[in-house]
Amino acid sequence: MKPSRRDALVALAGLPALVALGGAAARCGKKPARGLAFEGEIVGGSSALGHRLRTGELLARPVVRRERVSTAILGAGVSGLSAAWTLSRAGDDDFKLFELESEAGGNARSGRNAASQYPWGAHYVPVPVAPNRALETLLEQAGALVGRRPDGRPQWSETALCAEPQERLFFRGTWSEGLFPRAAASADELAQLARFEQQMRRFAAGRDETGRRLFTLPSRLSSVDPSVTGLDRISMHDWLLKNQFTAPHLRWFVEYGCRDDFGSSLKQTSAWAGIHYFAARLPGTAAREGIGEAGTHDDPDEPAPFLTWPEGNARLVSELARAAAGRIVANALVFDIEPREEGRRVLTLRYLDAARDEVVAVEAEAVVFALPKFMARGLIASWREAPPKFLEAFEYVPWLVANLTLTGRPLERGYPLSWDNVIYDSSSLGYVVATHQGGADRGPTVLTYYRPFAGEDARAARRKLESATWSEMALAALADLSTAHRDLPGLVSRIDVYRWGHAMARPAPGFFLSADRVAAGRSFRGVHFAHTDLSGLPLFEEAQDSGVRAAEAILTERARPFTSLLQT
Amino acid sequence: MTIALYASLFMVATCGLIYELVAGTIASYLLGDTVTQFSLVIGVYLTSLGLGAWLSRFVQRGVARRFVEAEIAVAFLGGLSAPILFLAFSAPRYFPPVFFSVVVAIGTLVGLEIPLMLRLLKHAVAFNELVAQVLTFDYLGALLASVLFPLFFVPKLGLVRTSIVFGLLNAAVAFASIRLFRDRIGAARGLVVKASIVTVILLAGFILADRLTNFAEEAQYADEVVMARTSAYQRIVLTKNRAGFQLFLNGHLQFSSVDEYRYHEALVHPAFALRPRAERIAVLGGGDGLAVREILKHPSVKSITLIDLDPAMTEMARRHPLVSRLNAGSLLSPKVTVVNDDAMQWLEKGTGLFDLVFVDFPDPNNFALGKLYTTRFYSILKSRLDPEGVFAVQSTSPLFARRSFWIINETIKAAGFQTRPYHVSVPSFGEWGYVLASPAPIPVPTRLALSLRSISTTTLPSLFDFGPDMSPLPSPVNRLDNQVLVRTYESEWKKYD
Repeated sequence: MKPSRRDALVALAGLPALVALGGAAARCGKKPARGLAFEGEIVGGSSALGHRLRTGELLARPVVRRERVSTAILGAGVSGLSAAWTLSRAGDDDFKLFELESEAGGNARSGRNAASQYPWGAHYVPVPVAPNRALETLLEQAGALVGRRPDGRPQWSETALCAEPQERLFFRGTWSEGLFPRAAASADELAQLARFEQQMRRFAAGRDETGRRLFTLPSRLSSVDPSVTGLDRISMHDWLLKNQFTAPHLRWFVEYGCRDDFGSSLKQTSAWAGIHYFAARLPGTAAREGIGEAGTHDDPDEPAPFLTWPEGNARLVSELARAAAGRIVANALVFDIEPREEGRRVLTLRYLDAARDEVVAVEAEAVVFALPKFMARGLIASWREAPPKFLEAFEYVPWLVANLTLTGRPLERGYPLSWDNVIYDSSSLGYVVATHQGGADRGPTVLTYYRPFAGEDARAARRKLESATWSEMALAALADLSTAHRDLPGLVSRIDVYRWGHAMARPAPGFFLSADRVAAGRSFRGVHFAHTDLSGLPLFEEAQDSGVRAAEAILTERARPFTSLLQT
Repeated sequence: MTIALYASLFMVATCGLIYELVAGTIASYLLGDTVTQFSLVIGVYLTSLGLGAWLSRFVQRGVARRFVEAEIAVAFLGGLSAPILFLAFSAPRYFPPVFFSVVVAIGTLVGLEIPLMLRLLKHAVAFNELVAQVLTFDYLGALLASVLFPLFFVPKLGLVRTSIVFGLLNAAVAFASIRLFRDRIGAARGLVVKASIVTVILLAGFILADRLTNFAEEAQYADEVVMARTSAYQRIVLTKNRAGFQLFLNGHLQFSSVDEYRYHEALVHPAFALRPRAERIAVLGGGDGLAVREILKHPSVKSITLIDLDPAMTEMARRHPLVSRLNAGSLLSPKVTVVNDDAMQWLEKGTGLFDLVFVDFPDPNNFALGKLYTTRFYSILKSRLDPEGVFAVQSTSPLFARRSFWIINETIKAAGFQTRPYHVSVPSFGEWGYVLASPAPIPVPTRLALSLRSISTTTLPSLFDFGPDMSPLPSPVNRLDNQVLVRTYESEWKKYD
């Protein structure tokens, strides 16, 4: 896609210009110290602490304390918490979670202020279109799954299902419903869209010889038929071309999906992953039934509805974390793992208790490594000297997330303020509205702005992001959204930003099929791996599935009886 | 020549006053508070006239040319004043500065005209006669304008076309002056071109006026606007005609004093017929106090809580002489507690049960209102309703919006209620629908406790019969996550608008 002038503007390279522009825009209102009409800060992202891993100085520090636990879980994101949740459900409560940040949640963390709770990252889960025991169990615990119909299909809570109006697009000066710019599309483009949707419905309805869906969540249940997985060899860009999907608006629409889920451009995304985004959310089954039966969404041709909460997926995190109450060690920088030696039952890890600046050694029977794979090289003792080659296959995309606290609602033109608000000419994904689910139509609110660094070199983008100041990032977000809301600068009272240096692994062409990906998932001398990067699809379902699997593997090792949550 | 000049003078005076009236009317339409707006406009306008008169001294040479130029400028700015102001109102924050700039500019230009005209005429007429005649025509023009503006122009043409018509008259004066003063002006080509361009723009504006405004209000309020204000939540307008007065919220008629009793009797008394000893009552919406007036007729009632979002609305119901007379001062009753809050949030965060609840929200014409007709809303309402309690919901027209009506009925059923839909005829609205609902089984009511104007015990059961053109349609359930009612409502009413 040809970058627009605005893309160039908003790219962080153009920040000085934006600072001037934003400064001018922010002139009105009271002026705190920094000369802006709003306050804010950089939240979380303890990268400074993380960077202490690189120097190796920690390895030489003396151990002050020793602890013992049967399972040590590294990382209290959704994967790690799901492992803890699974162990706890099986009554195996002798575990601890070690988390670098000050609180649990990982990419699904949230914040809160006087206006609302708001997400810092992942903020929705589509209603599962195929049975997913682990997810359904959790959603029932969270009050989102409220019952079952006679045929066993779940019914969903009206407050958890994303309320209407759901999605709108800012295109040529006005907002309209949905994410495809229909009003501006030619007849040919609309025909291509219809053909694309038809194709996705075929992918959704298709079954392979073993009866599996071609694309589903968790992804390990998708068909392994080479005719399907072979799509991983080409990029989404090439697949679209090969199938004569050339309409610019359609390509924008598909790329939006890739940026939304993977932080990747069409060229950076494997066709398997790109199609998965669309096809795995379509029911593709079930006959049409009577219209509008309460709690049902029966149309097999319509994408699954979303479940969402004001604080995003942090709602699910808090459910998972209840199972780990009192066992989460925050501000803990694990810097060394000695995998299990031949003939020994335990392995050892060391972490820095950052609050006390003390090094603690932990003996554990098993470790769940629920951290991104790029950290494994520095942590696992034997890999520091001889890193396995498969670690190089993982590439991580940086994201910028900003939460803009508003004193009131912007003036609107066209389709009204929705849950998801997308700006066509923007390299961001637009914003979601934190007060949407609660139903408050007026007054203060928080807009969560998402900006993946798609289409660029991840390493370079990460450097840019790490060197940017708070005001640069805040003004970039404000300037971007102000193209659609000219009165926004006068309404903003705070802009807080979160920079995710390694937000998600990228499902690049060839990654899903690669032997490296498979090798990276194998347990290694007592260390079990759990993370979305193992599938390349950075989704809640993948995180939860990987955590549950790691925990169930440990339970099996220990010959502990449990009821499996895994779908096969 | 002199006659033509006097005619021009007369037109200039008329146009000048018309622009002032247009500005004053628009300000009171859009901002409410007629007295303040009109006196502000008159004050600013007169001051600007003075400013223009003072500025005229700086016109040394080429008086005739300057006069024609001022005339063309007035034609342009005055003629387009109404469309400019209506468009400016779409950005309310910028309305006051735009508004006063327009008034000052027009006033200054008109203020320039009279002295320039005097100077043009001074060679032709003796001074004392000149002053007398100029002022005579000036005041005559003002008289004509002030009489014709409310009686003829606004009702027939609307504000936008009125201002454009007078702009065209100013342009005609400009053309006439170019001709009259051709010997004093010299090369008139440029002026003719300018005047022609302005004329073409105004003509285009006249033709496109409807699209230019799409400001429903202007065409809508055929009657005199007696009160208009924009609250934090909505635009409240009261209009008056010979028969009575009407309340509009955001341009939608809420009631006419002539037949509102039919609407409110039907909303309130069937529920009381089922629960004649009801004590604890809630009214959701209904800030006009008219439903409360009907409720207070039942001696069993001990307390009424009225929850209406807009304090401006309940304040008007308490204080405005017309409205408080119509609702018989209901909101001042010691039994009544008024709460200004979002009804859904208020119900959700509170405790305490009600025997009867009357739901009197505006029709579901946007998502924010559509929420108040969802299973979620009725589920919350259920938690605040006595297990034997009953509620009545105004449910739009089962004739004009037939499917919308049955969606509301279906939605209430889906939230776990028994329902009894019914309807009544309200001339101002047409055929109007309601739904009675209770968690307990409820029969069709058969006995009224009071004697009413529009319903008797004999006619009461017939309200619950629906003719074939209003009979039930298979309808989906309105939920927060589909808001199917708003979409249906919009498409159904579109057929009638």
